[in-house]
Amino acid sequence: MPEPKMPEPLHVVGRSVPRSDAASHVSGRTRFAGDYTFPGMLHLKMVRSPVHHAMIRGVDLSGAERVPGFVRALTWRDVPHNVYTILGLIGVEPEEEFVLSQDRVRYKGEPIVAIVAETEAAALEAVSEVRLDLEELPAVFDVEEALQAGAPIVTHWGSNAFMFEGHPSRRVRFGDVEAGFAQADHIVEATYNSSPIEQAPTETTGCVAVPEAGGRFTVYTNTQALYFSLDNTAIILQVPGKQLHFVGGTVGGGFGGKVDVIVEPIATLAAMKTGRPVRYVFSRSEEMQVSSTRSAWRIRVRDGVMRDGRIVARQVTSYADSGAYSRQTPYALTKHAANAAGPYAIPNVSIDAYCVFTNRTPSSAMRGFGVTMASYAVEVQMDRIAERVGVDPWTIRFINAYRNGDIRPHRKPAEDATLIETMQAAAALVGHELTDDQRTLTSGPRASEPAGSPGGEAAPAGSPAAGAAGSAGTPAVVAGSTAEGVR
Amino acid sequence: MAKLRGTGIAAVNYPTGMNLGGDPSQALIHATTSGSFVVTLSSSDLGQGLRTVIGQIAAETLGVAADEIVIDTADTDTGPHCMGTFASRATHRVGNAVKAAALETRGALLEVAALELGAPVDRLELDGFGNVLVAGEPARCARVADVASKAQFQYGRTISGRGAYMKPKSPVDPETGAMDPDSTEAHACTVAEVEVDTETGQVAVLSIRSAYEVGRQVNPALVRGQIVGGAFMGMSHALYETTEPYYPNPDHKPKDFSEYVMPGPAELPEIDCVVLEVPSSTGPYGVKGVGEMTANSPIPAIVNAIYHACGVRFDDLPVTAEKILRGLESKRSAEGAGPGVTGSGSNRPDAASNAGSDASGTADAAGGR
Amino acid sequence: MASRIVSFELCGREVEVLVKPMTTLQFVLRNQLGYTGTKEGCRQGGCGSCTVLVDGEPMMSCLLPVEDVAGRRVTTIEGITPVEGLAPIQQAFVDTNAFQCGYCTPGMVMLTTALLDHNPAPSREEAVEALGGNVCRCTGYAPIIDAIEAASASATGDATRDAGVMPDRSGER
Repeated sequence: MPEPKMPEPLHVVGRSVPRSDAASHVSGRTRFAGDYTFPGMLHLKMVRSPVHHAMIRGVDLSGAERVPGFVRALTWRDVPHNVYTILGLIGVEPEEEFVLSQDRVRYKGEPIVAIVAETEAAALEAVSEVRLDLEELPAVFDVEEALQAGAPIVTHWGSNAFMFEGHPSRRVRFGDVEAGFAQADHIVEATYNSSPIEQAPTETTGCVAVPEAGGRFTVYTNTQALYFSLDNTAIILQVPGKQLHFVGGTVGGGFGGKVDVIVEPIATLAAMKTGRPVRYVFSRSEEMQVSSTRSAWRIRVRDGVMRDGRIVARQVTSYADSGAYSRQTPYALTKHAANAAGPYAIPNVSIDAYCVFTNRTPSSAMRGFGVTMASYAVEVQMDRIAERVGVDPWTIRFINAYRNGDIRPHRKPAEDATLIETMQAAAALVGHELTDDQRTLTSGPRASEPAGSPGGEAAPAGSPAAGAAGSAGTPAVVAGSTAEGVR
Repeated sequence: MAKLRGTGIAAVNYPTGMNLGGDPSQALIHATTSGSFVVTLSSSDLGQGLRTVIGQIAAETLGVAADEIVIDTADTDTGPHCMGTFASRATHRVGNAVKAAALETRGALLEVAALELGAPVDRLELDGFGNVLVAGEPARCARVADVASKAQFQYGRTISGRGAYMKPKSPVDPETGAMDPDSTEAHACTVAEVEVDTETGQVAVLSIRSAYEVGRQVNPALVRGQIVGGAFMGMSHALYETTEPYYPNPDHKPKDFSEYVMPGPAELPEIDCVVLEVPSSTGPYGVKGVGEMTANSPIPAIVNAIYHACGVRFDDLPVTAEKILRGLESKRSAEGAGPGVTGSGSNRPDAASNAGSDASGTADAAGGR
Repeated sequence: MASRIVSFELCGREVEVLVKPMTTLQFVLRNQLGYTGTKEGCRQGGCGSCTVLVDGEPMMSCLLPVEDVAGRRVTTIEGITPVEGLAPIQQAFVDTNAFQCGYCTPGMVMLTTALLDHNPAPSREEAVEALGGNVCRCTGYAPIIDAIEAASASATGDATRDAGVMPDRSGER
């Protein structure tokens, strides 16, 4: 069917209509996953590793079993497919995370035994009565130490670097970065670090799994990805997806912290084994210490820069601290590699992004996923370059800004570039005076050969001639709306 | 001891969506007897307002008011597949799926309206206010609500639609990194002003002012909410947050909100923004998306502003008061090294490495120029 | 330890609950009485999502043994929401988009209700100080402060206090 004529102007899109869930939120009527309770509901709490790296020699449940209200314990033997990888659904290998630890713990807080009890208090007491016989192993915490020969190996498959189709890093190779450095007037180099941070949603991760008639299980969950959680749960429990019914959609803050499928499989397993509803909701300290974080990053940026400020080569070596398991981090590295050169037209780029395993709480997705720290490193680096060549921070960005038609280092042509227009608008907002060249520049395609083409001489991107390129591809700003200050 | 002020900028791009395994979402729509429409999904609303903006996209396409749309999400027994809410994908991906479902629904609606109005479908249009009109004949019109009711009770017809959107899988060339990693890119430029207290090491962020270009805004108030909340979160990442204060040393992990340090309302800076709209060709009504990116540019803008204020570079996040004081101390002890000193306020053993490349200033020897 | 019966007034009605010693008001509200509008973000007194009013004073119900409210008047989010429509402070939260995920919102609404009950026209500084114990991870607090100012303005009839509310200019294109 041909697309019917659309009314112009738009009637609903573009208007600040009130949120449809507003009244529900402000009156406390919104039901979050942890608000569901059921008759006979049991509570699940986890026995976790108290150390960073150890062999498990024994687990003594006898004390826990004597706690009044104890119902049962689940160990790895109860989990039908105990070794999994969340991104296995999109083909990422190998399977490497343990739903419940078998013979080794790889981070402090790793789940070993799930305790199901009549009350939360009984579950916590039983957890405290479980005796672990652990043989501690040397641990590794630094991403570069982890990659050195002789470092303690974290993974069960023998390497502390995730392998990207045969390479220990996600690589981008564009142009000839060594030739670029040879051509450059300045080399600007720095290393940027960030420590792990927590998504810290006000609602902690959790779910309630409820047995239904006919062998089905309904799971009320605050996952950010309902089917992703259902499909992974089906794999781990080795049940057909039709036996699972996931209900959610209302999340008390996610920021990437609720895409890991950590609570649903074990809560559902407990409901299967007991025939009763089971609630598994993280405590705040579990959310802080055990739920995955944004990776810590170490990012080395080495730039070759011409006297006039053009960047002719950029080499980025990044290490993301994945912690003990990969979760979503390998994907973050790919996203990072695609964006690590920044929104700039640089003819020679080389990127190596390593996903490194350490004996740390696994990291995973967080708002900005692989890009936030790329942007951080690149944008501080741009200031360093500006200082080195003696131009102001605005000018260095206008000189190098990417434009439509430029080939990005990952070889996709830029088609939605508006960096220049955005900088112009920001300058106007804060009253920063731009030069005439900067004011008239657009993100429209360059007149000459794209600056981003491999090995090509970079066009003088800051020149008026470049800005005067034809209107085709020039971004058409359809509307600008000014917000009031909020103070 | 002094309070030093500085300004810093950062300009960033942000990609929408993921594609490494293919990136699909689907939607179903049906009309009720009273002419409202139920959009059934399995997508999660994280608080960004997915239910509202998806409802707006459906309403726009169906030519009815936003409050005629009921969003039913998320339930895997009723809602079709959605990859999930992450990667700034929901408004773009789910929005495209819902728009497609609404177009099919609209076609079914117009077929019934054609019976009711006695005019061919290709002469019918929706006025955006819940009416079907015969083009050029304003007197011949029917209310969408009446058409929906008659479809069920008089004509025995369904008014419903299916919609899917999928960004196909794009494998990455492992040698060169060639890939198609996103569907569109939004942009931001942030200017931050800070005040560094050289006695306490505290950084007060005075203002965070940004220009954003996010494609079409479905709901400008909600976009603004993302920008304001994201600016605050970015400030928090830049100056406060860490689960491992002495990373890579894993000790001293915070366990609650009193130990995991975040700013509160007393630290709220002036936050101001301007939003440009350059419609994307791939998003519904030109949407790009604004979910994640708003915490990004404030971080380097603040860190650059600290350098501008006090002449010491801090490259390790978060830039805590402890690091600031240590950095200022090493600047004083290395007085004469010029403004290129890098903070050794880092806890990391190799923290001085950047000082080498920066303070050496003239060591740009590559190529011997 | 023996359980005992505790009675108190909850949103205008008398309730009696059988509790073990040191059971929190939060636990009783959510798990024994079904008042799930009171949230549990940390159960450590660190986030304020469980804020309720006890004799009109805002308190974190996760830190409050239910014995301590015996004979006292407890008001939760369910108790301030009118049968039809919303209370002025709730409407102000809607108008200023003073929430995103909504999880901290009941606590924020109870906190700001108490603030405005005690001080119908708080200064911005007083509003900021009042919010100090409650965590919002989404909004950056700015629209919550705007909501306080908007509710105060509508209650006191002071139009100039509306300045913090961002006008909807979406119709101006």
